[in-house]
Amino acid sequence: MSTDTLTQNGSAKGKSAADLFESPDFYQLDDLLTEEHKLIRSSIRDFVKKEISPFIEDWAERAHFPYEIVKKFGDIGAFGPTVSETYGGGGLDYISYGLIMQEIERGDSGMRSTASVQGSLVMYPIYKFGSEEQKKKYLPKLASGEWLGCFGLTEPDHGSNPSGMVTNFKDAGDHYVLNGAKMWISNAPKAEIAVVWAKDESGRIHGLIVERGMEGFSTPETHGKWSLRASTTGELVFDNVKVPKENLLPGKSGLGAPMMCLDSARYGIAWGAIGAAMDCYDSARRYAIERIQFGKPIGSFQLIQKKLAEMLTEITKAQLLNWKLGMMLDAGKASTSQISLAKRNSVATALDIAREARQIHGGMGITGEYPMMRHMMNLESVVTYEGTHDIHLLILGAEITGIPAFK
Amino acid sequence: MNILVCITHVPDTTSKISFTDDNKKFDTNGVQFIIGPYDDYALARAVELKEQNGGKITVLNVGEAETEPTIRKALAIGADEAVRINAFPKDSFFVANQIAKVAKEGNYDLILMGRESIDFNGGQVHGMVGEMLGMPSLSPVMKLDIEGNTAKVAREIEGGKEYLEVTLPFVAGCQEPIAEWKIPNMRGIMGARSKPLNVIEPDNDEVKTTLENFELPPAKGAVKMIDADNVSELVDLLKNEAKVI
Repeated sequence: MSTDTLTQNGSAKGKSAADLFESPDFYQLDDLLTEEHKLIRSSIRDFVKKEISPFIEDWAERAHFPYEIVKKFGDIGAFGPTVSETYGGGGLDYISYGLIMQEIERGDSGMRSTASVQGSLVMYPIYKFGSEEQKKKYLPKLASGEWLGCFGLTEPDHGSNPSGMVTNFKDAGDHYVLNGAKMWISNAPKAEIAVVWAKDESGRIHGLIVERGMEGFSTPETHGKWSLRASTTGELVFDNVKVPKENLLPGKSGLGAPMMCLDSARYGIAWGAIGAAMDCYDSARRYAIERIQFGKPIGSFQLIQKKLAEMLTEITKAQLLNWKLGMMLDAGKASTSQISLAKRNSVATALDIAREARQIHGGMGITGEYPMMRHMMNLESVVTYEGTHDIHLLILGAEITGIPAFK
Repeated sequence: MNILVCITHVPDTTSKISFTDDNKKFDTNGVQFIIGPYDDYALARAVELKEQNGGKITVLNVGEAETEPTIRKALAIGADEAVRINAFPKDSFFVANQIAKVAKEGNYDLILMGRESIDFNGGQVHGMVGEMLGMPSLSPVMKLDIEGNTAKVAREIEGGKEYLEVTLPFVAGCQEPIAEWKIPNMRGIMGARSKPLNVIEPDNDEVKTTLENFELPPAKGAVKMIDADNVSELVDLLKNEAKVI
């Protein structure tokens, strides 16, 4: 069957059609949200429908990072929503942050990556561990989208084992000298600053703010990704980079510091991935009702109903899990392993739903007329970055048994 | 510049419409409410005019307590303060009376609202408010620019556009493309928390209409395709089945 025939037969949302997304709320979980939360969600949803949905398939197809979205994210307030208003942040709670991530990733995981790296991995460490001067210098420009930032932890030879990192800095009197390389760094090619984790001469991990233009610092782009194609990824290369001493984050050192950043980002992913799952479910639900085979909508067949029912069940469970985790974070009571459980659950759920939703769409599901293949490919990164699916399992295993399997 | 923007609290355009109480009451169960889309254009233009000329925007809604999230959204978009007249908007005359009362006390340069609401679609309130205040009322306004004490206005008329100049103050019922809808940003939403929302009781209970009952339009029938050559069958169906000729 040709693509043309498929297009004629399939009733399509399609690239050019309006984005009609509605989120499921089967357990009336909106009752758990404030009116302000709901306004935040609807505003970000409107933003995504206006600024992302109409263009995302084209950006992803062309592997184009739309740099202009950075300023737009800044204007709407998607960068650092939990950072205090004193430094240009939103001063919002973690439920709000989760809803923002859910709605952006409903549009695209790559777009959400751009926002969550900026908020959780760049602004958060400066906000939590930075000096007053650093906060004043960097946070307002990052919040407004004037500057894009990136976060360097992973190295070519150290992914799941970040404590083995070899990137290091030496004290050279009035400055530090930084050497090493970081890999798989979202936002790197366009970033104005990088929060880089490196070892001092005693082997202790510290955060350093490296600025574009520092001699010996380069950010080569990573090409050929089949995932997160609308977001830009690269390496950070440090060849005897002179970093001023005032660029060291003074507030916290050791691996715990970057791990705190990852906790915040992983929480955003737990909400975000369910956003992608909701988009796939919403598309499948509409398609199942509109698509006619054997003289009736395919939604009338039991196997299609089973798929949809299971999707809704898993989305509903994850929504409640995410909401409770957000409440614990707001109360300062969420643990790393609780965040691991939610991140792992959401991304696995989203991948399953993307695949099932793709099947409901039949042949149409493989085209860019519908979002499932893009989400599915994006989610292969999301299931890997910020702690792989297996590493989160082992974090839970260590929590249960008291015996870490990864040390 | 002192601007009053009147907004309605109406069902989302995609809502399923049904009735309760023997078809005497709109069933709000599961219905999302929004700022009336035409009112939203008026608000967006007011925010732009304030950016250009300075001043203050007051947003007004005639409605019961459940309309406050809609009013907060207007504050998040850029209104400075809000007034809620604590009453169900019984009919156009009742609503116009409430608006006129606030407008008389507020000394506004501009009173903006949508060309019509999207629940009852009466399109009467702006005209009534103008009459009650003794000032011009224009609708539907597609373009609105202010120069000193004068406004340049484009109004949609049958088959064309009418360009007018009008001296402030006046009332305008707005429609697209007067401005683009504004999406509130996170800072605006946070800021809306602390903006004043004053609740006042209705002034005058008089209404000009009473509601008998609601009725849904008949369901759309299936489309019958008739061969282009078979005009006589088409005529027969229109005459004897559809009974329209």
